Amino acid sequence: MTEELRLLLPTGNEDWSSIDEYKRHDGYAAAAKALKEMRPESVLEEVKNSGLRGRGGAGFSTGTKWSFLPKDGRRPRYIACNADESEPGTFKDRQILERNPHKLIEGLLIAAWANTIDAAYVYMRGEYRGPFENLVAAVDEARAAGYLGKNILGSGLDFEIYVHRGAGAYICGEETGLMESLEGRKGQPRKRPPFPAVSGLWKQPTVINNVESMSHVPHIVLKGADWFKGIGKEKSTGTTIFGVSGDVAKPGIYELPLGVPLREIIFEHAGGLHPGRTLKAVIPGGVSMPVLTAEMAMEVNMDHDALQKAGTLLGTGAIVVMDDRQCMVRAAMVIAKFFRHESCGQCTQCREGTGWLHKLAKSVEAGTATMQDLDTIDEVTSFMEGHTICALSDAAAWGTGWFLRRFRSEFEEHVRHGGCPLAGTSFEV
Amino acid sequence: MTAETAAVVPVMPEALRERIVAEFPKYPEKRAVLLSALHFVQETFEGWIPKEIVPEVAELLELEQIDVWEVIYFYAMFNSDPVGRCHIRVCVNLSCCLRGARGIVRRLEELLAIRPGEVTEDGNFSIGEVECLGSCGTAPAIQVNNERYRENVSAEDLPGLLAELKARLSESEAEA
Repeated sequence: MTEELRLLLPTGNEDWSSIDEYKRHDGYAAAAKALKEMRPESVLEEVKNSGLRGRGGAGFSTGTKWSFLPKDGRRPRYIACNADESEPGTFKDRQILERNPHKLIEGLLIAAWANTIDAAYVYMRGEYRGPFENLVAAVDEARAAGYLGKNILGSGLDFEIYVHRGAGAYICGEETGLMESLEGRKGQPRKRPPFPAVSGLWKQPTVINNVESMSHVPHIVLKGADWFKGIGKEKSTGTTIFGVSGDVAKPGIYELPLGVPLREIIFEHAGGLHPGRTLKAVIPGGVSMPVLTAEMAMEVNMDHDALQKAGTLLGTGAIVVMDDRQCMVRAAMVIAKFFRHESCGQCTQCREGTGWLHKLAKSVEAGTATMQDLDTIDEVTSFMEGHTICALSDAAAWGTGWFLRRFRSEFEEHVRHGGCPLAGTSFEV
Repeated sequence: MTAETAAVVPVMPEALRERIVAEFPKYPEKRAVLLSALHFVQETFEGWIPKEIVPEVAELLELEQIDVWEVIYFYAMFNSDPVGRCHIRVCVNLSCCLRGARGIVRRLEELLAIRPGEVTEDGNFSIGEVECLGSCGTAPAIQVNNERYRENVSAEDLPGLLAELKARLSESEAEA
């Protein structure tokens, strides 16, 4: 079994949220190294060379994203840090925010040095009361210790972090939806171009990264890009926090190198299934990502390339496990309802499509659908993909449509049976 | 105007105004304070946003009232109608459903004799269904008002939870 490798999270169940505890574990050593010994451009090079890819779902190279910031001297420049963690199945950033918030603060500080940033806004989902309080307390500690404010560590850098609360909207995890929301509007995504690097928060140059992505920066700077690249796979470097939920004996978080077999995460780290049950389906990266059948899940490794080859994506690394009792139509229905609720309403394909998918999934579950309705689900998902301002529509199409494609016989059974054949064993909706 | 009619028209207390204004220096524009301001309003007015407060919020942030209203309606955490003093939201997304979230909602409905979206007659409790809270590894999860989550909740825990909340409510009533 691959050992857990804690780069982001404290050892065991420890809590390193106080600055003293954090500093006892190499805390702020990377910031001191970067700000005192490294030029901003060499920090940027190090992060680029580490192969670090964004941990918020899209998997884009963090260093490359940083290099898109213009070199025209326009100020102020901002970081928008995405702590809106709302992808169903995902609860990993919360672990950093609650138990290791200085790790994020140090990452933001180093990113500020590398990219000449004036202020960072951490956009945190409104429901996260505990993580909010812990991060705000940590920011105050960091300021008191001289890691925020004017002329940090004598480097000449002035930098501040503000923690901003959202109010319950999944779409605010989309980068430009987040910016609209932070500015005090509905979280409706913007058309691109212009891209945030050029015109982001208040039309200023802005770099946007997820909490986990930023939290990898300190150990990359401290131990070097080569060390980080030695963990994981060639195109999926480092560790990530896998969150396992659903039908396993030990749901929870497991920080492991990218590329570990999914089978190992489920059956060893997460303690396997409940006694007497067999595996039926696994969502490998949050409910936006195409579901895998048990056969597919048993074969695949958890890195970008392997998952893409298997017909899904890594997403947020949120693993939802379902055993043989569970109804796949119900799962699709819960997911369709979610996207219907969260569509921002801007684009017709998404606004209408998400509602349609939910209605169709409900009628399949109720036993009132026809075989033709199953084809309609396929048709609806095809006009929802690739035709909208942001990716929520695609996510809704994948999250629902792939249940039909990979468990078609179970959908057909609902139609023939005139109802749910698994009503006696499945989870309730 | 009698004291009684004055009491039914909420006005923005000075402390709330100060709390909102204190957020201004964090942002280049006042408008960015809108979500925080609405959270503060809800914390001041038992979990919801009385419509009489909206013009005051708009004026303070130099916005049109419609700018405030569309934000209130867009975000799931903002309530434009009264909720219970203890607003109990149950996560009903996939990971919580797999671990019995529907049973939690049903038991709450029985214990409180209300449906999601309704408020008990005494104004103390309401139930809401919420999309993923980000507590999937400790499902099912519940959030009361805007407090830290209650995790790994079972239907058997609910009478105890309600007793705890009732005790808290009568304590704060006694203080008032």
